[in-house]
Amino acid sequence: MMESKPKSFVFSKGIDDYFSGVSSAFQFIGRFFRQASKAPFHVREIINQCYEIGLRSLPLITLTGFITGMVFTKQSRLSLETFGATSWLPSLISIALVRALGSLVTALICAGKVGSSIGAELGSMRVTEQIDAMEVSAINPFKYLVVSRVLATTITIPMLALYCGFVGLLGSFVNVNAHEAVSFISFFKEGFATITFLDVFTSVVKSIVFGFTIGIVGCYKGYNASNGTQGVGRAANQAVVLSMFLVFIEEIVIVQISNWIRYF
Amino acid sequence: MHKKNDDSSINHTEAVISIRGLYKSFGPLDVLKGIDLDVFKGENVAVLGRSGTGKSVLIKILVGLLKPDAGNIMVLDKQVDKLNQKELDALRLKIGFSFQNSALYDSMNVRQNLEFPLKMNYPDLKKNEVDKAVEEVLEAVGLKDKIDQLPSDLSGGQRKRIGIARTLILKPEIMLYDEPTSGLDPITSIEINNLINDVQQQYKTSSIIITHDLTCAKATGNRVAMLMDGVFLKVGSFDDVFAQTDERVQRFFNYNFIQ
Ligand SMILES: Nc1ncnc2c1ncn2[C@@H]1O[C@H](COP(=O)(O)OP(=O)(O)OP(=O)(O)O)[C@@H](O)[C@H]1O
Ligand SMILES: [Mg+2]
Repeated sequence: MMESKPKSFVFSKGIDDYFSGVSSAFQFIGRFFRQASKAPFHVREIINQCYEIGLRSLPLITLTGFITGMVFTKQSRLSLETFGATSWLPSLISIALVRALGSLVTALICAGKVGSSIGAELGSMRVTEQIDAMEVSAINPFKYLVVSRVLATTITIPMLALYCGFVGLLGSFVNVNAHEAVSFISFFKEGFATITFLDVFTSVVKSIVFGFTIGIVGCYKGYNASNGTQGVGRAANQAVVLSMFLVFIEEIVIVQISNWIRYF
Repeated sequence: MHKKNDDSSINHTEAVISIRGLYKSFGPLDVLKGIDLDVFKGENVAVLGRSGTGKSVLIKILVGLLKPDAGNIMVLDKQVDKLNQKELDALRLKIGFSFQNSALYDSMNVRQNLEFPLKMNYPDLKKNEVDKAVEEVLEAVGLKDKIDQLPSDLSGGQRKRIGIARTLILKPEIMLYDEPTSGLDPITSIEINNLINDVQQQYKTSSIIITHDLTCAKATGNRVAMLMDGVFLKVGSFDDVFAQTDERVQRFFNYNFIQ
């Protein structure tokens, strides 16, 4: 009956595919906001996911945050020493950690850890028809799986970023304390004195954006996985690569905007 | 027990599934090319066909997982491809779909797998009502002792049965079984066949059973439909269908026993 017509392209296959990929990604995001704003809300599942995502990343974030703070202090000390300005260390480190490193390090770690696991989990649910199984039992899989995970990363990653910044400062304190007789209290007093509300605010906004990005990219890649187990691996892999790429772009854009505000 | 309905308990005037002129293709690949089929109330229809002939596609269209290209598909007097999400969900609650690979939720244990569709669709149910429903379907599939196991710890046949139990918990009127016996040894296959017949009797379901296992088709199907090259070559009783001299039917029949 139906004749298969030869496929025609607007530009070329590559360019057409690229644009249809972008448009389906934006449709996915649109679908997220439509579904997230409608009842029922799977609160239990959201809390469950927050707990999973937060707890699973905590050890790695603690370690990385601490080491980042410590190493950064160690390296900066060398340069500052030549000017006899090591007393600037606490403020320098706080600015670096709060403005950039805390949220960026957290986002990159979570992109690797959380993004890939969401991509792989949803991907394997897709290819083993578990998502179809939800659909045929009249359950909305998008809402149950995607909305809850994206909300969870958007809530949890900013918290992890704040925590990472704090642990970084601890790491820095350990180094400072070993060289100069600076007390815990005065280290933090000095550090926080240089930080403005805008710094913290920007950092939190940034982390919220990163968290959303990591969640939605992981879900998008996993939810649309195909081609069996191979597709699962690819979904996990692409989730990491794409979300890291987007995190860097967003970092640049948000820093630029916050600098405009700062010098306005 | 274990016997399929006899003809007298099938209502041959009331079709629960009615398919007319169903076409479906994927790009250049024409899979279904004009399917007509009625499934009557209380009847089991076995759909036979070789791998890749579109058997799974056919029942996925019936639950709205895939959209037909053309044709009129009525399930419980609803035109499946014209429903909105809410109407579709209401219809899906009345259809049990047993997946070819069972599709159990592998992050959940057996109990959670069974509770999940119930709790999500009827959030107001009390705990003891849920527990009772779980126990009842586990009893029906004969796997009460597996309640706390993870799907990964079950055998293929046990997974199939839990998959069937998970659909039974919503008390469906129609059951769609996708290859219920594939990959199972002959004895386990017979147990599954018996289960399918028991479900027909106990839950008063009408079913489509997709299979390429002739024993299964013969044991469970009140009628048999032979899908080949995108159309039904023949629909009728098992013996009628295989009395055909059509070479393709004979070849299918013979290979099944040589294997
Ligand atoms: N979503 C899809 N996209 C593209 N092609 C598909 C899709 N689903 C099925 N097909 C194709 O349709 C044809 C029929 O597939 P189907 O899964 O229905 O076969 P089947 O009869 O169930 O086979 P088996 O006995 O192996 O399960 C196959 O060639 C398959 O590649
Ligand atoms: Mg199939």
